[in-house]
Amino acid sequence: MPRLERRAQPSRVMMFASPLIAAVLMLMTGYILFSIMGKEPLHAFWVFFIKPLTTTYGIGEWLLKSTPLILCGIGLAIGFRARVFNIGAEGQFTMGAIAAGGVALYFYNTDAVWILPLMMLAGVLGGMAWAAIPAFLRTRFNTNEILVTLMLVYVAQLFLGYLVQGPWRDPEGFNFPQSRMFTDSETMPVLVEGLRVNWAFIVALVLVAVSWFFSFKMFAGFRMEVSGQAPDAARYAGFSEKRNVWFALLISGGLAGFAGMAEVAGPIGQLQPIISPGYGFAAIIVAYVGRLHPLGVLLASLLLSLLYLGGETAQMDLNLPSAITGLFQGILLFYLLAADIFIHYRLKPSPSDSRTTITSPPEPEGDIT
Amino acid sequence: MSTEQMILILVSVVTAATPLAFAAFGELVTERAGVLNLGVEGMMLLGAVIGFAVTKDSGSLAFGFFAGMLAGMAMALIFAVLTQHLQTNQVATGLALTLFGAGLSAFIGKPYVGMTLTGLNPISIPYLSDIPVLGHLLFHYDLVVYGSFVLLFGLIWFFKHSHWGLVVRAVGESPVAAHAIGYPVIRIRYFAILFGGAMSGIAGAYLSLAITPLWVEGMTAGRGWIALALVVFATWKPTRVMVGAYLFGGVTILQFYGQGMGIHVPSQILSMLPYIVTVVVLVLISRNPKTILLNQPMSLGVSFSPRT
Amino acid sequence: MSTDTQTKLPRLELVGITKAYPSVIANQDVNLVVRPGEIHAVLGENGAGKSTLMKIIYGVTKPDSGSVLWDNREVHIESPAQARKIGIGMVFQHFSLFETLTVAENISLALDSAIAPHELVQRIEEVSQQYGLPIDPHRLIHSMSVGERQRVEIVRCLLNNPRLLIMDEPTSVLTPQAVLKLFETLRRLAAEGCSILYISHKLDEIQALCDKATILRGGRVTGTAIPSQETRESLAQMMIGRSLPECQMAPKMPAETRLRVHQLNLSTIDPFGTTLKNINLDVRSGEVVGIAGISGNGQKELMAALSGEQPMPKGTTTQICGVWADRLSPGQRRDLGLRFVPEERLGRGAVPSMSLRLNALLTTGAGDGLVNYGLISYAHVRSFARDVIEKFNVKCGGDEALASSLSGGNLQKFIVGREISLQPKVMIVAQPTWGVDVGAAQIIRQALIELRNQGVAVLVVSEELEELFMICDRIAVIAEGRLSPAIPASETSVEKIGLWMSGAFVEAKVEEVQHA
Repeated sequence: MPRLERRAQPSRVMMFASPLIAAVLMLMTGYILFSIMGKEPLHAFWVFFIKPLTTTYGIGEWLLKSTPLILCGIGLAIGFRARVFNIGAEGQFTMGAIAAGGVALYFYNTDAVWILPLMMLAGVLGGMAWAAIPAFLRTRFNTNEILVTLMLVYVAQLFLGYLVQGPWRDPEGFNFPQSRMFTDSETMPVLVEGLRVNWAFIVALVLVAVSWFFSFKMFAGFRMEVSGQAPDAARYAGFSEKRNVWFALLISGGLAGFAGMAEVAGPIGQLQPIISPGYGFAAIIVAYVGRLHPLGVLLASLLLSLLYLGGETAQMDLNLPSAITGLFQGILLFYLLAADIFIHYRLKPSPSDSRTTITSPPEPEGDIT
Repeated sequence: MSTEQMILILVSVVTAATPLAFAAFGELVTERAGVLNLGVEGMMLLGAVIGFAVTKDSGSLAFGFFAGMLAGMAMALIFAVLTQHLQTNQVATGLALTLFGAGLSAFIGKPYVGMTLTGLNPISIPYLSDIPVLGHLLFHYDLVVYGSFVLLFGLIWFFKHSHWGLVVRAVGESPVAAHAIGYPVIRIRYFAILFGGAMSGIAGAYLSLAITPLWVEGMTAGRGWIALALVVFATWKPTRVMVGAYLFGGVTILQFYGQGMGIHVPSQILSMLPYIVTVVVLVLISRNPKTILLNQPMSLGVSFSPRT
Repeated sequence: MSTDTQTKLPRLELVGITKAYPSVIANQDVNLVVRPGEIHAVLGENGAGKSTLMKIIYGVTKPDSGSVLWDNREVHIESPAQARKIGIGMVFQHFSLFETLTVAENISLALDSAIAPHELVQRIEEVSQQYGLPIDPHRLIHSMSVGERQRVEIVRCLLNNPRLLIMDEPTSVLTPQAVLKLFETLRRLAAEGCSILYISHKLDEIQALCDKATILRGGRVTGTAIPSQETRESLAQMMIGRSLPECQMAPKMPAETRLRVHQLNLSTIDPFGTTLKNINLDVRSGEVVGIAGISGNGQKELMAALSGEQPMPKGTTTQICGVWADRLSPGQRRDLGLRFVPEERLGRGAVPSMSLRLNALLTTGAGDGLVNYGLISYAHVRSFARDVIEKFNVKCGGDEALASSLSGGNLQKFIVGREISLQPKVMIVAQPTWGVDVGAAQIIRQALIELRNQGVAVLVVSEELEELFMICDRIAVIAEGRLSPAIPASETSVEKIGLWMSGAFVEAKVEEVQHA
């Protein structure tokens, strides 16, 4: 039985390869899954992963769906690097949408060029405000942000539901739980006529570059990295944990809020009870698959966006449940976690040691760890 | 409000508390062994969908519960292999488990949406159930509710008076020291994780087979996360977990009976209560760092590898 | 006793034991013979392979080749439980006790046969009485001192009726007086026929206690000896291949006070920590002040308070170069000229997963030129890291090597070198040579002395008394959160320090500090 042996140095090759390996494994699993479900696997494969990209409109949708993933993913990656686990991006997304939607509905009868920028600001601030709650609770009361951000997701979604069924319901909407449709001055301008992808995508690309610069060239980025890798060392160095937590949460919250704004002021065009197929959670997967690196996040967003599109096409063409998207996402993350172990360990075929499966050299004697 | 209504509400609290208790007890054992499994929500969802599907197809509630328990254990097994043998990060793996569980349960449950079945019924205990008022309040529950109390006392005994309970506590504090003495840390953690999965599976099955006998995507509505918070709130002690479960059960029920009780707040706002209360409770517990330091299993969340 | 043991059959014999790991050969062809009732030392410096050998004997590891004989028959010890069954007990260097459990619970976890709780408590009391190791079975471990915990470890072993007891570096956590008591206990056990394997690098103790010694160097046995018939120099020669190095200390006139601690009181939130009470201390330019003490007496808390990692509420307890520093963060204290090398290297002094180059950036400040307008100047960082590596002879795979890939000694050289290269005015070092090989230890101590000669105020906290006497002008003792006066090394002795370690001193008062 082969056993795992710890490497002396983490493998750089595997760091790049494991997301690719995970993606390939996921595709292979998909192939098998399609067969099990009685669909002709190669055709199903094509419908799911290739067909969506064969038309210009399809490409536009692909980029459109990747936008919230990139925006949220970038923010989450910055936070995860600093070991600040914002699991509630979905909630900040919702609050950003609500804030922006609120501005849009308030200025419904006005037609001005500053409304959309104001909505964008509102979206960012809405997301930030929602993320400020866990930031405050963690820095002031040591409360773990994983659970707080999650709980706030449910609260935000319920709040949205309340608003669109109650005070913000469209009076001419035949009693459906939705707000008025936003006017033209309240909608994000599209990039290309006929497609739905809008300027938020360009903003997302710019932010990828900005985030790269921040993480790798700026001392502030270094500080956050140290906080995540070795909190004791960060304290020793005098890096303020509180400042890092606030920064990580506000940034990821603001970006998620902006993404929420872009969604309701873009493809959706109004406020509805459900405005996201779980972008905030998919962004977590995007962040990990992207190795917490801005470029990786971009690529992973494109992959997961394809999964969303594929799920929709498969539902129409193959009668497969759309839930298959969520299934693929989960499978991808599992494969990534499994593939990641080969960064730190290598496989060694050798006679089994009955007692242990993992061996490693003794710590340099006397090391205080 | 009449006595009838009061009793009805209190009984609802008990049924609402039970899945929380099961899931939290399961996670309690897992965490006492030093493992943080954030996948409770995912395990509960799978327990719910499998429990419903098997009951619907086989006609037997017992099979359904059993299958739900196994489903939870299967999910937990994935987590155990990844974190104990492959040394993956516990937080990320737990999140992955939840996302995977959400996706898989939605996928499996698609054909069952819209179906119903006769759920688990309370059982009558001769004589005791017939006592007016108290009989209905204390002795008219289904087996699973009674099971939760058996579990409570079992866990109290396990951790306080049994040798293996002591071993689990030791592993949770210092797997390195336990390993040095010669205990099979990885194997012990496996059992703890699988136990947690089994309990979460039962909890999920209870949702789809007793509380609301149907399947809806995402029907756990965050209960798994609340169970996780419960364990922290209870400072890792079984009795407090039970108290917390009932507290939350009560808060959850408010959204259904609030209107009837004269509270004129929109239902969505009432529905927010369990989540807001969870946050408040967490803040209260974490305020004093000493509390956490004294009670949290020291090795919680830290990977252990038996180095030679 | 010695003459009898020569004629009996060996109790434990290791023949040709070899154990290799991917990056190092821990044991190479090791032979060892221990007779009944013999106190046998395994002597070697850090990294010589002693720990691995003990792990093999205790069943934690299996050797690649060679055999283990017990009572002259070959055995394969697969696990610690099996080792205990045969009759081998081990008292670990880093105790394997559980803080949140009681003494009795800890002991029951390590017993092979289940004993009813009442009976167990009785047996614990019996054994602890019999061997002079007083402990209370119902106390929680975290409330006990390190010396008391060691007693628990020993009693735990004794309850299994061992015929061989392995003591792994037992005296690093004991006062000199407690060491003598331990020796009494060990001698009594040996007289009853129990063999003792005594792992240590402390030559004095081995000479005082042990009948025989096997010396390890670089994984091989370089010789066996009868300690009482050898000199320190001859033992040292076998242990490290050359005689013990000496440090050059020229007499110096200390000048202005650079670090002053004034009535420092600090209560701890950590339930397992130590509260600091009325600490007074001053360190002047051009002197080395040492703080002796067994770990767990407040050193951690004092270091955190001085480095700035622990915020100080009061406002007037610490002065660095004349400036009140209580409210200052670690970065601001560095700007004043304070530099600190912490006890923990991997994880605190350096980030394990980052390269040495990036780690060089860890403690940088405003005036160092490595960061400009918030941007990292990688060219400067790279040359700085390379300078440190070269000047302090850090053996590594270049400045891109990860901190976790370095040995303890080399990482410590890097960290110390980094701090020294950043021009300290006050240098604080905690456990400078803990677990570091002799060569690196020498370099580090010499570097500290050079700092002193250049006029830096140096404060050293160490558990090794020998080291403090080597490099310090003045020595103080910390015990249970209180600090003794710092008196010139020439006016004190190991025994006096030992007494003070158990708290038998009147702490330094403010006036004393000003006149010293």
